[in-house]
Amino acid sequence: MSIMGTRVVRVEDPVFLTRGATYTDDLTDERLTGALHLTLVRSPIAHATITSIDVSAAREAPGVVAVLTGEDIDLPAPLLFPGANKAMVRPWLATERVRFVGEPVAAVLTEGRYQGPDAAELVEVDYEPLPAVVDVHASATDEVLLFPDAGTNTAAVYNKEDPDPDFFADCEVVVTRDIVNQRVAAASLETRAASAVWGDDGRCTLFCSNQNAQGARDEVAGWLGVDASQIHVVLPDVGGGFGAKIGADPEFGLVAWLARHTGRPVRWSESRSENMTGMVQGRDQRQTITIGGSRDGRVKAYRLDVVADAGAYPRLGVFLPVFTRMMAPGTYDIEKVDSRARVVVTNTTSTAAYRGAGRPEATAAIERAMDLFAAEIGMDPAEVRKINVVPPEKFPFTTKGGAEYDSGEYAKAIDLALEASDYAGLRAEQKARRERGDAKLLGIGVSSYVEITGGGAFAENASIEVHPDGSALIWTGTSPHGQGHATAWAMLASDQLGIPVEKITVRHGDTDQVPEGGGTMGSRSLQTGGVAVHKASLELIDLAKQRAADILEASVEDLEVDTANAAIVVRGAPGSPTVTFAQLAEREELKVKTVWDGKKPTFPFGSHVAVVEVDTETGKVTVERIWAVDDAGPVLNPLLCEGQRHGGIAQGIAQALLEEVVYDPDGQPLTATFADYGFPSAAELPSFDLVPMETPTPINPLGFKGIGEAGTIGSTPAVQSAVIDALAHLGIRHIDMPTTPLRVWEAIQNAVKEDG
Amino acid sequence: MIPVGFDYARPDSLDAAVALLAERGDEATIMAGGHSLLPVMKLRLAAPELIVDIGRLRELNYVKVDGDEVAIGAGTRHHDLEVSDVLAAEVPLLPAVARTVGDPQVRHRGTIGGSLAHGDPASDLPAAVLALDGTIVLRSPRGQRSVPATEFWTGVFTTAKEPDELIVEIRVPRTGSAGWAYEKFTRRANDWAIVAVAVVDGRVGLVNMGSTPLRASATEAALAEGKSIAEAAALAAEGTEPPTDTAGTPEYRKNLARVLTRRALETAAGR
Ligand SMILES: Cc1cc2nc3c(=O)[nH]c(=O)nc-3n(C[C@H](O)[C@H](O)[C@H](O)COP(=O)(O)OP(=O)(O)OC[C@H]3O[C@@H](n4cnc5c(N)ncnc54)[C@H](O)[C@@H]3O)c2cc1C
Repeated sequence: MSIMGTRVVRVEDPVFLTRGATYTDDLTDERLTGALHLTLVRSPIAHATITSIDVSAAREAPGVVAVLTGEDIDLPAPLLFPGANKAMVRPWLATERVRFVGEPVAAVLTEGRYQGPDAAELVEVDYEPLPAVVDVHASATDEVLLFPDAGTNTAAVYNKEDPDPDFFADCEVVVTRDIVNQRVAAASLETRAASAVWGDDGRCTLFCSNQNAQGARDEVAGWLGVDASQIHVVLPDVGGGFGAKIGADPEFGLVAWLARHTGRPVRWSESRSENMTGMVQGRDQRQTITIGGSRDGRVKAYRLDVVADAGAYPRLGVFLPVFTRMMAPGTYDIEKVDSRARVVVTNTTSTAAYRGAGRPEATAAIERAMDLFAAEIGMDPAEVRKINVVPPEKFPFTTKGGAEYDSGEYAKAIDLALEASDYAGLRAEQKARRERGDAKLLGIGVSSYVEITGGGAFAENASIEVHPDGSALIWTGTSPHGQGHATAWAMLASDQLGIPVEKITVRHGDTDQVPEGGGTMGSRSLQTGGVAVHKASLELIDLAKQRAADILEASVEDLEVDTANAAIVVRGAPGSPTVTFAQLAEREELKVKTVWDGKKPTFPFGSHVAVVEVDTETGKVTVERIWAVDDAGPVLNPLLCEGQRHGGIAQGIAQALLEEVVYDPDGQPLTATFADYGFPSAAELPSFDLVPMETPTPINPLGFKGIGEAGTIGSTPAVQSAVIDALAHLGIRHIDMPTTPLRVWEAIQNAVKEDG
Repeated sequence: MIPVGFDYARPDSLDAAVALLAERGDEATIMAGGHSLLPVMKLRLAAPELIVDIGRLRELNYVKVDGDEVAIGAGTRHHDLEVSDVLAAEVPLLPAVARTVGDPQVRHRGTIGGSLAHGDPASDLPAAVLALDGTIVLRSPRGQRSVPATEFWTGVFTTAKEPDELIVEIRVPRTGSAGWAYEKFTRRANDWAIVAVAVVDGRVGLVNMGSTPLRASATEAALAEGKSIAEAAALAAEGTEPPTDTAGTPEYRKNLARVLTRRALETAAGR
């Protein structure tokens, strides 16, 4: 029986549960012996001119080896997003101006780790405050410029064409609304960390917490002006990334430069307080949605206008509206789709990828639009969706957003979710509660979504080597940090080779061993790196057959794998001689390296139904149930797949209900501790009802699509919609996320006021 | 998140702790569970020169019946309150309140004395002790004195306790079968209260409705006059000046106080 599709228990866990993980900060690698500890002095002000920095007292503090300011660093300031305005570079250490709370201003190097914060307090920086730009619309006016040399606060514009005033002319009904897709923080439990040491060979070994060793290597090499081969990145265990650890942070470059400058290893690990302003944040789009169609439920035209917040220094966040625009029409076959986006800088932490990265923003927008349209024409929101989704016979389907959807059965996914939840029964219960005048009302939200996985990085490599003892070693260019590739990749190889999972070791995150690799992001790993492992297994079998042909005195065509014994045998000749992979490896190195290139992304899809209870007296929302259909093609290991869905759904619910990074008008973060930032615990979440559905993609031989972000994309709009749905009878059509008790209560007060 | 360096002492008796506190004066700070003190030290908002750790003094960890009252040692952990048989029978409000504090780790470290001394108006136990009409027993080299809970909290993070005084005991009346309830309103299960209401024996304590824990006097008076629960609860926010933060406006908190008071009174009446 094939191991594929079975619940193989994670091989990673025994170590995590006993010895614990080894994060960058835990490393005892001897190359780091005698390392200096880096403490960064960070700006407490969002926008200011620096009038002076006095490091003299800090230099005298115990244990201090060096205190550096930007003046001391002879490297050009990096442009963190190559496509951005060239003037929007981020200084290694700010010298003239600070642009967000948390921006590094001085670097303190100490012998002892605990000496750093004491010395850092002695660095005296004089700031002359400038007006802070926090709101994207205010930023877009360019009244206060963050980078006077740039002459604008706009970092990018996508689609400069003016909107067509007649776009909705043939629509019977048009609804428009400004909505917010708020900023959130990845809040990975392991904060950022990096350690660097230069060897006698002139190469730098950089240990860091990251989702992509190769990308981090290239960026750091570019910043330092050295060849990529001079930087050796090694990733220890990584305690969560959620998109915020894709590629190098400027701090990594600084650590590497300081190690070269001082001739000593340098270690850096940020505190939670630093992390809450220093690590990139996600989402943050102000959207205007306009939807038009006919009263029979057919949507004809949809427009999405986005103003996105890049934060102070443009990073990947500047790019993400490209995904938002591409995925704007969602699962729907809409005749006319129009979108544009502007990305501006503000005096806040930079934005970048966050689980879903651009696609949840698209889904949240179109799903809100569908709800508004349904409410306007008085039709059931699930019904409106089913009328408008792309029908199965139209695949592959090229959307007005420019995406080519590979495979999908969107209406079926909605139906499965509706059936599983007993949608009609829920509506009846909702009605009964309203009629009884209950204080606690029921809300039901339906979402339909499609997303893009493996977008942008379609190729991945894998190597497999079988050892004479019968074990195997896989190197992958993906970069697991919780996803379970050690288990999944071993299953893929085991399925073909018959080598048991427990005898297969999966390694990753070392750029000397795997010089190329795309890392783990955008739910790409299984459909690229996993498929590469499958392909490598097949190639290893071919190689083994060629070598076995001589030994077994048979032609290659007559040979096959006996997976029960991890051996090559002659087909249909029981009892004849066989040779195991191990025996072949004993004679000669048995190893292959291959690249899989899918050339295209895949488009997982699904539908969620959420049921919430809204306490109308307090505004508190409790998620009662959530049914999730998340179709990512065939499931390799249900345990891992469910884990991804659970985590994704939890994060998605949290965006709908709880999480928001808030800055005051001066750019001071109000949510920079775990007491204030509302990420959820298990107690805030219901048990999840996962409904199976598997539609393979034709893009790869195993039919796999990505599952890492699906839960986040489907659950957020379903839950937000459910909250609003509970209050629909009061005339409430929209409440921005997060739908906190305060916001919900205020919406109810306003509705009641307007009514009376 | 690395605190400023400090000296550390762990006296082996209450008397030694009192003496050390008197001797080192302003430099010294008591640490019990450390679950309010250490976070502010790590944020460098506090930098005591000397930590006097009383967390392991067993003589401060007890719950016992003493006449009409129950006496609770200041070093009694939240978890000990939760599982105390004496409290379950004599003052059932307290275990119920303790159960809502933070998470299990916090409850196994934090102490009732520390919670009361810290004086955070968003804390749970102070309002409960206030609703119970409890007494706080303080000791210094000058001797021992008792301060009624109604006079103990003087402002945000400030109390009637002198710097050289230690809380040694908390005394609360044996409320037995009198109706009680605790309604704590949070965003997340282990958060501090946005607002909370403690009800016991017709008295009402409010959490996070001002700079100190408060009694809802207007509600109590209305109840004493025999007004209905709904009428009495409608007065719960009277005279309060609740804070503004990302979780709530004053208006919202006042609404919560009224709703939660009504619910707590209804639950209490049903017990
Ligand atoms: C994650 C987290 C969540 C929390 N959630 C909640 C919550 O939901 N509700 C809530 O009410 N609290 C909460 N707390 C606070 C917790 O209850 C603390 O334990 C409590 O507030 C303080 O008790 P402690 O023993 O830890 O005091 P410490 O931190 O040791 O001391 C606090 C202060 O009191 C002084 N002090 C301590 N003991 C005495 C004494 N006997 N005499 C005189 N002075 C003394 C100290 O000098 C210090 O100033 C939370 C804490 C954390 C870390």
